[in-house]
Amino acid sequence: MSSDNHIPEKLRHLLATLDGIYDTGERVALLVDFAKRFTPVPSGIAERPYPESHRVPFCESEAYVWAVPSAEGTLKFHFAVENPSGVSAKALAAILDATLSGTPVDQVAAVTPDIVTRIFRQNISMGKGMGLMGMVQRVQSLARAHAAAARP
Amino acid sequence: MSEITDRGYARPDALVSTDWVQKHASDPGVRIIESNEDILLYSTGHVAGAVHVDWTNDLNDQLRRDYITKPGFERLMSRIGVAPETTVVFYGDKSNWWACYAFWVFQLFGHTSAKVMDGGRVKWEKEGRPLTKDVPHFPPTTYRAPERDDSTVRAFRDDVLKHLAGKKPLVDVRSPEEFTGQRLHMPNYPNEGALRGGHIPGAKNIPWSMAVHPDSGEFKTADELKTIYAEEGGFKPDQEIIAYCRIGERSSLTWFVLTYLLGYKKVRNYDGSWTEWGNLVNVPIEK
Repeated sequence: MSSDNHIPEKLRHLLATLDGIYDTGERVALLVDFAKRFTPVPSGIAERPYPESHRVPFCESEAYVWAVPSAEGTLKFHFAVENPSGVSAKALAAILDATLSGTPVDQVAAVTPDIVTRIFRQNISMGKGMGLMGMVQRVQSLARAHAAAARP
Repeated sequence: MSEITDRGYARPDALVSTDWVQKHASDPGVRIIESNEDILLYSTGHVAGAVHVDWTNDLNDQLRRDYITKPGFERLMSRIGVAPETTVVFYGDKSNWWACYAFWVFQLFGHTSAKVMDGGRVKWEKEGRPLTKDVPHFPPTTYRAPERDDSTVRAFRDDVLKHLAGKKPLVDVRSPEEFTGQRLHMPNYPNEGALRGGHIPGAKNIPWSMAVHPDSGEFKTADELKTIYAEEGGFKPDQEIIAYCRIGERSSLTWFVLTYLLGYKKVRNYDGSWTEWGNLVNVPIEK
């Protein structure tokens, strides 16, 4: 899809895969697999109680985001999802980590929250959609800030 | 918490405990239904024998902003193996928001043999009760539903306008920030589904969460609920009351509390709620 050119490659491939899944059960199974792969932020990066400055606003799954710079100038994203029922938040966290960690920050900064609709389709409530979009927005903001700081 | 039968509810039969569900989950006359906000949650594990009813795919019309009609409800009942005499028991995440929403939609079709599992999914998990990933399959039923009745427990915007003109009571179950219009949108987001913030004039703000215990998700006792809705809120059992929130899911829970736990006779849920009212042209709004 030509309009996806701004999306980093790994994420673009995943979105293309999801676009091709028409069976709801199959899509849910794939997303649940991602949720199972979710690994919470290591204690070396952050410990409970997590600081509010890392919390995703309005996310009812109590998601937090951290970005750790690498020597290559990219970011490794870490997440915490404190609500044990926040399966969608965990799935999205695993997707964002798998597809955006280690990606050039200017590409990450170009990822917009509308990917949430492509991942979850319309099957999310407005409240949940806001929280999930907030996670993407927080990743985007961290990437933008890192990119700005790196500019000479 | 005390036993459900000791809490003084008007209709204690509308609420069952997690114990009851565990004992009756395989009862052929009972169908357990999980209904969540998070569409992935059921697939990670659910009560054995529970079917999944998704509010967007199963209960909503896929074109109009409305609910399924009689044929759609009949198809749904057939698919999940529910007969007219089957007792359906709803539970789910978010302190049973979506369970109460599904319960309410079932009442539009007159399926009155319905109950809610007190405490919902969180209580079940906290008690360490078993979950399974096995999706049950039941023989399809032949279910003949009546036409959907929107007149008894559902309110449309014109009903709300008449209600308003008659100075009848409304309960806004959203958060205080939504009620006052402070929270309409997130930074960098155009809106939260409504162009205007605030509330319907005259509405009293009693957030849905007041009705449940935050840790267990169980409903409060009738005496505690009377204090909240009757003594502090001023709502009387014989009044016509309309409840609303943002899309009608949280207000379904309050509708359930007022109707079944407190025995109020004329409560309707305005499912258009703030996403409709906050976008309407030329309707009154208070902040």
